[in-house]
Amino acid sequence: MNGHPPATELLASVSRFLRDELLPTLSGAEAFNLRVSINAIDLVSREIEQQDAADKREHRRLAKLLDSYAELDVLRKQLCEKIARGDIMLDQPALREHLRATSIDRLAIDQPTYSAYLAAIGRRRPAEAGGNETAEE
Amino acid sequence: MSDQLSTYVALTGNLQTLLVRLGIGNLRQGSLQRLTGGASKETWAFDAVGPAGAVPLIMRRFSADAVPSDSVINPETEAFLIRRAGECAVPTPGIRHILEPGDDLGRGFLSDRIEGETLARRILRNPEFAEIRTELAFECGAILARIHAVPREDLPPLKTRFAAGQLYELYESYQSFGGGSAVFEAAFRWLREHMPADAETPRLVHGDFRNGNLIIGVDGIRAVLDWELAHLGDPAEDLGWITVNSWRFGEIDKPVGGFGSVEDMLEGYRFEGGEAIDAQTVRYWRTLGTLRWGLICRSMARPARPGAPLTVERAMIGRRISETELDLLDILAAEGVR
Repeated sequence: MNGHPPATELLASVSRFLRDELLPTLSGAEAFNLRVSINAIDLVSREIEQQDAADKREHRRLAKLLDSYAELDVLRKQLCEKIARGDIMLDQPALREHLRATSIDRLAIDQPTYSAYLAAIGRRRPAEAGGNETAEE
Repeated sequence: MSDQLSTYVALTGNLQTLLVRLGIGNLRQGSLQRLTGGASKETWAFDAVGPAGAVPLIMRRFSADAVPSDSVINPETEAFLIRRAGECAVPTPGIRHILEPGDDLGRGFLSDRIEGETLARRILRNPEFAEIRTELAFECGAILARIHAVPREDLPPLKTRFAAGQLYELYESYQSFGGGSAVFEAAFRWLREHMPADAETPRLVHGDFRNGNLIIGVDGIRAVLDWELAHLGDPAEDLGWITVNSWRFGEIDKPVGGFGSVEDMLEGYRFEGGEAIDAQTVRYWRTLGTLRWGLICRSMARPARPGAPLTVERAMIGRRISETELDLLDILAAEGVR
């Protein structure tokens, strides 16, 4: 038996408490900030679950694209420099596909209800879905 | 809390004195309330009771400790512009008074409070707007044509900012954050290579004309708000900005504010005497606008003032950089990436 509940389970219980028990007692700016806070907790939870795998995929794509086996951070920087110099351009499908895949992995963590993300993965937002709580500022 | 309370008490007293002096009436007891809004700029709603009945009013002002930034015009200029645009048939709230030091209310202005909806999601989803929604893109085009036709001679001094200057400033800001976005690099490159020629005559550009800054009623657009980013430049900038995907609030297939098509907007623009601007140029400015919004998100990931705590709202807006990256890729892929 492993007695440690995973971090994501802890976060899910915090998120549930805040949403189901605390949120109904608040209004106005406090309710707004609590909703944003709940979204932040859920985001961190998705990051814990998905970031490592996303980084690995990005690293593999970059290694192939740049034909180099340096660290991920180094390759990211190299790619920026190459694009800035015009050594590699968006008309190259390999670059486009890499950037797209990286963006989609990023949004799966940061904002999985975003319209362009749902369109990119072939889903549509349900008409009544809430969406990002900071979207009205 | 007691700080907030004493601010409120002082505000009430000074506002009452001002309203009487202006002959508008008396501040209706308990009517003064702060509306949610910007961090540095406060918006207050209140009623004055005068001889002809209650007058719904708004006060926009810089909070006492806010430092006006370089990128926005000062509130006196903003009020002047709103008044001038109103004289040129742009729907705007009537400016009642520009605050003076003697008013002891900070810097800002009083204006009429216009009934209507500003929350984009309600404008896009509530049934009472269903009928007017189909007209809004055309109406936006028509209003933008009027803004762009405001004679320059009558305007206070404004900065002139075309694409080249804006890209330079945005790249500086991008680098100040440490760079590091391959998508932003690609967008900068594309934007520099496809820069439109500067217009011969710079026009008055609103700078933040989008769903969220418009008061909408069942009869259409009642007022254009938030003129603090106004400048002189390329009129196509405004037409592009309102089509940035973040301002469609989920209605991805309706480029103009989530309610209409670019064709309808351009038709309204021409109908009201605007020059011929093609969809390609609108797309250029949508790309620049998306990049601009991405960098605004990035700046949000820092505290509002050095040393202040990073609020959860700002931190979360910081994570919205990723939405602008996908939007930029969507635009540049559709362009055929020439």
